[in-house]
Amino acid sequence: MAWTREQMAARAAKELKDGYYVNLGIGIPTLVSNYVPEDVDITLQSENGMLGVGPFPLDNEVDADIINAGQQSVTEQKGTSYFSSADSFAMVRGGHIDLSILGAMEVAENGDLANWMIPGKMVKGMGGAMDLVAGVRRVIVTMEHVSKDGASKLLKECSLPLTGRRVVDMVISELGVFAIDKTGDGGVTLVELADGVTVDEVKAKTKAKLSIDAALKVA
Amino acid sequence: MANKVYKDAKSALDGVLHDGMMVMCGGFGLVGIPDKLIRAMRDAGVKNLTCVSNNAGIDGAGLGLLLEAGQVKKMISSYVGENKTFAKLYLEGKLEIEFNPQGTLAERCRAGGAGIPAFYTKTGVGTEVAKGKETKVFDGQEYVMERGLVGDVALVKAWKGDTSGNLVYRKAARNFNPMMATAAKICVAEVEELVPVGALDPDHIHTSGIFINRILCGAPYDKQIEQRTIRKA
Repeated sequence: MAWTREQMAARAAKELKDGYYVNLGIGIPTLVSNYVPEDVDITLQSENGMLGVGPFPLDNEVDADIINAGQQSVTEQKGTSYFSSADSFAMVRGGHIDLSILGAMEVAENGDLANWMIPGKMVKGMGGAMDLVAGVRRVIVTMEHVSKDGASKLLKECSLPLTGRRVVDMVISELGVFAIDKTGDGGVTLVELADGVTVDEVKAKTKAKLSIDAALKVA
Repeated sequence: MANKVYKDAKSALDGVLHDGMMVMCGGFGLVGIPDKLIRAMRDAGVKNLTCVSNNAGIDGAGLGLLLEAGQVKKMISSYVGENKTFAKLYLEGKLEIEFNPQGTLAERCRAGGAGIPAFYTKTGVGTEVAKGKETKVFDGQEYVMERGLVGDVALVKAWKGDTSGNLVYRKAARNFNPMMATAAKICVAEVEELVPVGALDPDHIHTSGIFINRILCGAPYDKQIEQRTIRKA
């Protein structure tokens, strides 16, 4: 059995370290906040101008001026701060955020990322994604390993317009965890298999240059 | 001191508007948008606008009102979301869109307002955003040059303002408002509460009155939430 969306989020949460400032994208990344280990204290940044983002409010706590970048109502925590969009992206671009977890349409073996537009379809815009992947210290992608029509999303090179060049450090799909050599030409390394998934299945569904971590070969 | 206070949004825009102008608009989604000024701009019927705003409103709210009235020629935004009017106008070729990465958009406005005509950023290097733009390597890293933006008018929304134009924003409604306030020939601010000069703590002012030419109290406000997400007790 491959991982579910929840299991992918739980696996991504293991990458969190105590004291991290983290920006989470929409979808599976949002679920990661449900799996933060108890001994790990992280602070969530939302690029619309909020640091210290709390859970969704109770019905009687909703404040129209407290939203995250997905326009969802959220709450403050002890120590929350607000700031302008320029200051927000000073945090992002300036390398002050430790980790960004976001979704993708395609990831290439050199860390190229495509997640903002499909030519010929209505484009909604990149929002803060290009700034996040360019500036945040570590970028993890959570995505389905193949598209709805069965095509691999982990590729030699992206076919869609890029969000960033050589920006992805790690991919977590339903099949496992993949390290990406974004500075060299080492390609993709399978470092962890999801329960019940075989190396052969990963190989069959991956179109990137793929290595298997030594620890997995022994097992 | 010259009077900056106007009784409503309509009078605050009197003599400011013209067809083909560039409008800098604060807000993120529907939070912190200058709702009363947008409505007054729609009622004024000014056309062929270029609107610089992170988003394009939604159907029936925010800049969606100007889109529906056919007053916008071009949007410079980072994300336009689920706006049916926007999609329709765009697909019919009646609307131009220039997508900017959100941080680049914020910095273009900050820079424009600060007298900086251009800057380098690593955001967008190697993507369509960098096409046709100058690039330069600093310390081994490639950067793309982006231009500062200055509009004809800025429309901003704050929580409290005093009669000299000092502004205080509330929570996540600050977003793009401080940069927009600086990045136009004339800035009009609407506030939820207008107080006398001296009533705001000088240490707590987010935007100084020097940037604000006209101010009005737009109360009462009926603030919308795009995604009302709640948890159970």
